[in-house]
Amino acid sequence: MKRLWRFFPALPALMLSGCTVDLLQPGGPIGEGNRDMMVLEFAVMMCVVVPTCIATLVIAWKYRAANTKAEYKPKWAHSNVLEVFIWGIPVLIIAVLSCINFWSTHYYDPYKPLAQDMLKREHAENTKPLEVQVVSLDWKWLFIYPEQGIATINELDVPTKTPLDLHITSDSVMTSFFIPQLGSQIYSMAGMETRLHLLARKPGSYRGEAAQYTGPGFSGMKFRAIAMPQEQFASWVENVRTGTSQFAEKDALDEKTYRRYATPPAVSNEVAPAPAPVTYFSNVQSALFQHIIAKYNNGMARDANGSGVMHMDMQNNGANGTSSATGM
Amino acid sequence: MLGKLTLSAIPYDVPILVGTFIGVAVIGLAVLAAITYFRKWGYLWREWLTTVDHKKLGVMYIVLAIVMLLRGFADAVMMRTQLALSYQGNPGYLPPHHYDQVFSAHGTIMIFFMAMAFMTGLFNFVVPLQVGARDVAFPFLNSVSFYMTLVGAVLINISLFVGEFSNVGWLGYPPVSELQFNPGVGVDYYIWAVQISGIGTLLTGVNFFTTIVKMRAPGMKWMQIPVFTWTAFFSNIMILTTFPILTATISLLSLDRYLGMHFFTNDGGGNVMLYLNLIWAWGHPEVYILILPAFGVFSEIAATFSGKPLFGYKTMVYASGVITFLGSIVWVHHFFTMGAGADVNTFFGIMTMFIAVPTGVKIFNWLFTMYKGRVRFEGPMNWIVGFMITFSIGGMTGVMLAMPAADWVLHNSLFLVAHFHNVIIGGVFFGYVAGMNYWFPKVFGYKLRDSWGKWAFRFWFVGFYLSFIPLYIVGLEGMTRRLNHYDNPNWHPWLLVACVGVFVLTLGVLCQVGQLVFAVVDAVNKKHDAQDLTGDNWGTGRTLEWSIPSPVPHYNFARLPVIRGLDTFDTEKELGRPKPVSELQPIHMPKYSSLGPILGFFTFLLGFAMVWHIWWLAIVGLVGAFIAVVVRSADLDIDYYVPVEEIRADEEAFAKRLNATQAAE
Repeated sequence: MKRLWRFFPALPALMLSGCTVDLLQPGGPIGEGNRDMMVLEFAVMMCVVVPTCIATLVIAWKYRAANTKAEYKPKWAHSNVLEVFIWGIPVLIIAVLSCINFWSTHYYDPYKPLAQDMLKREHAENTKPLEVQVVSLDWKWLFIYPEQGIATINELDVPTKTPLDLHITSDSVMTSFFIPQLGSQIYSMAGMETRLHLLARKPGSYRGEAAQYTGPGFSGMKFRAIAMPQEQFASWVENVRTGTSQFAEKDALDEKTYRRYATPPAVSNEVAPAPAPVTYFSNVQSALFQHIIAKYNNGMARDANGSGVMHMDMQNNGANGTSSATGM
Repeated sequence: MLGKLTLSAIPYDVPILVGTFIGVAVIGLAVLAAITYFRKWGYLWREWLTTVDHKKLGVMYIVLAIVMLLRGFADAVMMRTQLALSYQGNPGYLPPHHYDQVFSAHGTIMIFFMAMAFMTGLFNFVVPLQVGARDVAFPFLNSVSFYMTLVGAVLINISLFVGEFSNVGWLGYPPVSELQFNPGVGVDYYIWAVQISGIGTLLTGVNFFTTIVKMRAPGMKWMQIPVFTWTAFFSNIMILTTFPILTATISLLSLDRYLGMHFFTNDGGGNVMLYLNLIWAWGHPEVYILILPAFGVFSEIAATFSGKPLFGYKTMVYASGVITFLGSIVWVHHFFTMGAGADVNTFFGIMTMFIAVPTGVKIFNWLFTMYKGRVRFEGPMNWIVGFMITFSIGGMTGVMLAMPAADWVLHNSLFLVAHFHNVIIGGVFFGYVAGMNYWFPKVFGYKLRDSWGKWAFRFWFVGFYLSFIPLYIVGLEGMTRRLNHYDNPNWHPWLLVACVGVFVLTLGVLCQVGQLVFAVVDAVNKKHDAQDLTGDNWGTGRTLEWSIPSPVPHYNFARLPVIRGLDTFDTEKELGRPKPVSELQPIHMPKYSSLGPILGFFTFLLGFAMVWHIWWLAIVGLVGAFIAVVVRSADLDIDYYVPVEEIRADEEAFAKRLNATQAAE
């Protein structure tokens, strides 16, 4: 038994081995940026926190009342030299961190397309970004691929080494779109469109979640983000289009089908609502995403290039959503 | 007739609530029976419930805070056990409907009714004594403040047994708190509990701001105010500047819910981003409102138990001022993930980081206060060493969260939850508990038992790390807050450790209850060595409150003190007390008033009726409260004079006690 105790200090490491610490083992450059900032700050702050904690214990012990040999200066309460250090050291550390803060907030800004040098490092500078429109619902995630004309629920399939251009909104309460291993999260809010740029480097299946409380179904509001090589992604898209997958929904995702899916499941006080199953839609009504936003803005939404406003007519929802485009 | 209130609002089918109700009812009936048996109703009403004495109000605030601590802590135990169980298909024992109310109540109670009440209690007891005043500036208003806080606390606890509580977290974010998604009365309970107690807090702010500015003893210059009072001053400035924002925000939410307006709804032009900005423009300063007085407590204790003046008194004051200013311009760091531009995020990120500067300065100041001192590790001093280490770690994770590029993955995670418990338990709570141990003998004339206090500290210190280091780790593993169940196998072992931690914390709480029970036992037995006969219980008190007898006479100071620089009492002990120049004078004091509790009663009717849409009762409550205010305003018989004979008798008794103790030594 005594021998076992020798391993006690290694216990945390043992508990961690074989586990994924998502934020420390990211799957893309944005997540790496987030991690690097955390680790850097941790390291810089440790330089002052560790000495402070040690000094606290040492001073408390050395000047304990029982130790009458220690010097006692009952009047000493001020020192200009010490004041300079007391203010100077924290200011210096925070000044350094502030510079890093300024740089990283701009460089990793979720709204901006990924920086050119980052794309070069990922060998993705010539790859066309994949646009995905994300809608948070009660209590599931809808992903619309406007260029591919397909959509999914609770599964976000993406090609690796491809910049992801995510447009996010909500058709219910506010929540937060988050794939821990890929990095930064952004809120989804009804009637508004938020933006997020990510990139998955290696193939893998990453956990995705709603990071902001949404009601009784919150804990089940999860999705998988599956990254696969580009060729495989192309064949996945084909597979969804033909509607042959086991997850295929036979109806096209038009206004009517959407309403059926957007309706929250029945809620009871006794059990949590069941998570929504993965579903693939082989066909999506065009500009459905803009329609969802426009619902909350008197029928207005921004047009595709973001420079103008278009009027979405929700009552006569024909197949063609865009009616009139007016410049701002 | 009864609005939305029907029999189905009573949750008699939920065993946990029925059990709790029986427990509360048994304890409550026992207390009522005891009061009746010992014929204490008259005493309770005349001496306590109608009091305007700041010391008694302080005690009542802290009693309320301790009761609310037990309630909020029970919620914490439920959450941790739920998450230890609800793993891979096991739903645990709390379905979301119940669990979501538990975490909302935990946050709301711990901030508004535990921490705020505890802090206001300390203000009440300590501030007037430290500035050498005989009461606060507006004694009756003080009683009103207390009853507003009490009404809020009662409302939130009634929601356990009548209806339900809010399920959307301690800040009630819309749109999930709007009628469309939340038609029940839970959010309305939240609104009225917070709104009514918030008004009480605002009045407290007015009261203590005025007291510190206008009621200092003659000759006490600004730079001679004790540090705890300085921190209380800054804290009250923040209450005055930010609590109106809370009142306005909650009012707008009420308008949405009661009158169908659209401030924060999804549709009709409402915008959730407005709510987030407003609530955090109050919510962030709020945490500095709580932590500054804790810093003040630590400053007093560090000086007293090191047998030295506080190192860098002026620095401490300036640092508090800087924190007050910076604390008001950092609120956006609560939503770096809302999509603000990089420049906005950078500004708020850097401002947040800079708060670490004055805070770091304070830590160093306490360090140098101990340096070359004679540090005595009696009860209160344990908490400060535990605090300095714990708070440094909490500060470090705070700086990590202040960097937007890191916050984008840490936001809303259990890492964040661990961070704010790290600073609120390790800072605010440790501070208030240390303060309670420190001033307890001054309040009652009896000490708390040190050994029980030390064990409480040990359990809290170890229990804190056991409970929250695992949460930091699962946060890094991508676990978000407010989850009810999960299926990630990596999280489970850590959540088991956290559950063990909360049981260690339970031992800490039990030791604290034991401390209070034994204080009562000692007082009943008149145990000699538990008594504070000199008024300077720790022997090295520096500020005015230690110069007067314990317990403090109701008029506080027989003669208004003469201020001789910073730490007057310490100077007096060294140079000898100056001979009183004037004869004793009759002391002008405020009369007790039953209108405080009456106003509280009608406000309670108003709040409860509004929650349940019982309009006639709401009108009764409103009119009753209004009449109470009018009656009070017209009442001219509100003061009296304490006769000289009474003061002289007290003084002579105190002098006799002092001489006896000196002779014994």
